[in-house]
Amino acid sequence: MSVRFFVPGPLREFAGGRAEISLASSPRTLKDALEVLGREFPGVARRVLDDQGAVRPHVNLFVGGECVRFADGLDTPLDEECEIAILPAVSGG
Amino acid sequence: MATAKAPALSIEDGDVLLLVGTMKGAFFLRSDRSRRRWEKSGPHFPGRSVYAIAWDGRNDRHRIWAAPKSLHWGAELSATDDFGGRWSRPEVPRIAFPKETGATLANIWQIEPGSDDEPERLFVGVEPSALFESRDGGETWSLNEGLWNHPHRPKWMPGGGGLCLHTILTDPARRDRLTIATSTGGVYRTDDDGRTWRARNRGIKAYFLKDEEPEFGQCVHKVARHPSRPDRMFLQHHFGLYRSDDGGDSWREASKGVPSDFGFPMVVHPHDPDTVYVVPLQADEFRCPPEGKLRVYRTRDGARSWKPLSRGLPQKDCYDTVLRDAMATDEENPAGVYFGTRNGWLYASRDDGDSWSVVEENLPPVTCVRAVTVRAVRKARPARRRRRAA
Repeated sequence: MSVRFFVPGPLREFAGGRAEISLASSPRTLKDALEVLGREFPGVARRVLDDQGAVRPHVNLFVGGECVRFADGLDTPLDEECEIAILPAVSGG
Repeated sequence: MATAKAPALSIEDGDVLLLVGTMKGAFFLRSDRSRRRWEKSGPHFPGRSVYAIAWDGRNDRHRIWAAPKSLHWGAELSATDDFGGRWSRPEVPRIAFPKETGATLANIWQIEPGSDDEPERLFVGVEPSALFESRDGGETWSLNEGLWNHPHRPKWMPGGGGLCLHTILTDPARRDRLTIATSTGGVYRTDDDGRTWRARNRGIKAYFLKDEEPEFGQCVHKVARHPSRPDRMFLQHHFGLYRSDDGGDSWREASKGVPSDFGFPMVVHPHDPDTVYVVPLQADEFRCPPEGKLRVYRTRDGARSWKPLSRGLPQKDCYDTVLRDAMATDEENPAGVYFGTRNGWLYASRDDGDSWSVVEENLPPVTCVRAVTVRAVRKARPARRRRRAA
């Protein structure tokens, strides 16, 4: 059982080329999980979060199938086994 | 540190290199010194906007700095030492606001190497308006707290492009002096190496404010000066062209001869401190060339008078815009003058601006242009054998 991050293509160069990262520990919230991720893969976490530790406005994080913007944001609780998907928003021009 | 790979140009000693930032990536163009034919590489950072780009040839470097910004993942500084073959991408972006500021980086608007006698020093201007400095060749950076904590800063207001610090001018004669400009806020100068800053806007009128000649709040679009005469400065304001002969202590209007005193870019000739180029735009809401005629205006007498340069430029139904950093000169004689437009055209003159030709069309909207003559390069070697970028 583990918490797994799905890493989108543009960030895989900062994750050793991996599309999926499993955390060794069992963080209780999304914020904790990003802290753990950031210790091993700072290049990923720093591009998901801004200078103040907030989720960047055009990045969506899904825990299970739910976008955390409509849940508890970084305080969203995690099950011992779950997938966190990092997805770029469909924005641009 | 990750590195991103892209096709590189093969550069030879004496080539002229154009660095072009756009809203969807950066392009490099090279020519020999004749500047008749251009070879292009790019886009570097496809899909990312590049509002700032710079050449650092100090200490025998051949380094290009760029500031790609991803809508999703933020803005960062990247460098290449092989003309775009490999770009450095640090794990943790080099430029970031400290936690205690409560601010977060929105974009990087200016990259400026320090004086030649301080080859490890670089400056970066960002949005929200702030100055960052490196003293180790760009490895580490720190926020200039003197400017960040200035009592005026909370009252600065964003212009159309955002609240950005877009101009950084070193003073080769005074190491402790630095002049910056921010929109809107105006011109600020330090004479003690960045510890304290004073507004330097006396004489610049701001019709859009209740007080028409305030201490600060001016919407300065660009400031330029020749390094051999740093006290003689020229300024393109939201309305008005200005000149200073005392390093910005005072300004006087110098708009005689232009069809509109609104515009964005302003560059000085590489060999004549009194020759300056601007691109007037009809203002204020319709930011296109007056009468649909795209004209560069040049002064040769220190902004006492301005004359149009139109040969080779569209003179009918031109609805285009040139942004504040999208114009540059090279170091040749006669000088090359270059500018890019929001409609994706890149124009070049190789005769001091007397005539113009199209170098590129259908680029993404051009945000910045820089030109340099590359010295001491025999021939670009394969990327894998080259020194790693910073």
